[in-house]
Amino acid sequence: MAPVFEQGSEVNLIAALLIGIAFGWILESAGFSSSKKLAGVFYGYDFVVIKVFFTAAVTAAAGLLILNQLGLLYFEDVWMPTTYIVPTIIGGVIMGVGFVTGGFCPGTSVCAAAIGKIDAWAFMGGILLGIFFYSFTYESIWEPIRNSTKLGKVKIGDLIGLSEGMAVFAFLLFALFSFWLVDTIKKKYNIKDVEY
Amino acid sequence: MKNLKHRGKDKYMNPYVAGVLLGFVIMAAFFFSGEGLGGSGAFKDIVKTTVVSVAPDYAAHSHYFKSATELDHSPLKTWLAFEVLGILIGGILSGAYARRLNLRIEHSPKITSRKRIGFAILGGALFGMGSQLGRGCTSGAGLSGMAVMSVSGFLVVAAIFGTGYLLAWFFRKLWI
Repeated sequence: MAPVFEQGSEVNLIAALLIGIAFGWILESAGFSSSKKLAGVFYGYDFVVIKVFFTAAVTAAAGLLILNQLGLLYFEDVWMPTTYIVPTIIGGVIMGVGFVTGGFCPGTSVCAAAIGKIDAWAFMGGILLGIFFYSFTYESIWEPIRNSTKLGKVKIGDLIGLSEGMAVFAFLLFALFSFWLVDTIKKKYNIKDVEY
Repeated sequence: MKNLKHRGKDKYMNPYVAGVLLGFVIMAAFFFSGEGLGGSGAFKDIVKTTVVSVAPDYAAHSHYFKSATELDHSPLKTWLAFEVLGILIGGILSGAYARRLNLRIEHSPKITSRKRIGFAILGGALFGMGSQLGRGCTSGAGLSGMAVMSVSGFLVVAAIFGTGYLLAWFFRKLWI
C-alpha cells in the first residue's frame, strides 16, 4: 500500500509541500520559531523541545508499527536510514555545538525565518556556508569518515534484543520518564522562565 | 476588552498536543510519500544546484557533486526541497494567525545583536557540516530515524543533545 504516491512524481512533490506546511505550522505554533525557547532545553527553563520531540517520535513509531501490522506499510518500501556509527556520532557532536551556539537546527531555523527572525536568516546562511565548505573539502577530509563503520539498516529493537512492539513500548516508557524528569528538575531547582 | 476576540490565539500550543499532531504528520509523510521529514536536505539541494550550474566541470569531477550532474532534472526538484518550502509557508501562516510576524533579532540582553548574528552563522555552519557527515539533521536523521526505530536516529539524537548539555555551561552567556 504505502507509499501511496510514486517517488519523483509531481503529485508526490505537492504532497511534500502540504506535509511541509503542516510541519511548519506545528513547529511555529509550539514555539520552535524562538531560539530562546529552543535553547531552554539546555538550561532547564523551557523543555518544550523534549516534550514535542519525543511525543512526536513515539506517536509516529507506534502509528507506523500499527500500519505495518495492518499490512498497510512495509518498512522495506519506505525511507529507512542505514546506520554508520562513527560519522553519525561525529556529525551529531558537530551539530550539538551548532545547536548550543546557534540556537536553532535547520528545520526550526526555516520556521523562525518565516516569522521574521533575522538571526534565523543568519543561521540559514550559515548552513549554506557550512555545506559549501563540506562539499569543497569532501574528498580530503570527510569521505573516508563518512563511509566508515557501516552497520546496515539496523533497528534499535534488534540491537538490544526486543521485539518491535516491545521496543516501541520501551521507547514510550523512556519518553514518559523524560517528561517526568524535566518537570521535576524545573520544579525542584525552581528554574525561572527567561524573559527577553 | 477589545482584544477579547483574539485572546489565546497568540499562546503557544500545548507541547504534547503539538507532539501528537507532529507524529501524525510524520506518519502521513511515510504513508503517502515513503519519506521522512527533513530540514538540511533542502540546503544541500541549494548548494548542489548552485555549484552544478556555476561550475559544471568542477562538479563533474567532484565525488560530492558528481551524482547531481547526472540528473535529468534540477537538483532542487526533490521531495525534501518542496517539504522545506512548505515549512516556510506553514511558519508564515501560523505566525500570521498568532500575530507573531515581525522583523527582529531575538537575543539575550547580555549580548549584542552583532554577537547573536555571529554565533547564529557559526551554529548554522556547524549544522551544515555535521548534517552532511551524519546523513541528516535533528529532523531528518533524528526525528524521522526514531520514528522508524532506527539505531541511527537514536544515536544522532544522543550525540546532538549530549554535546549540547556538555557544552551548555560554556555558552550560557549567550542565552541566560
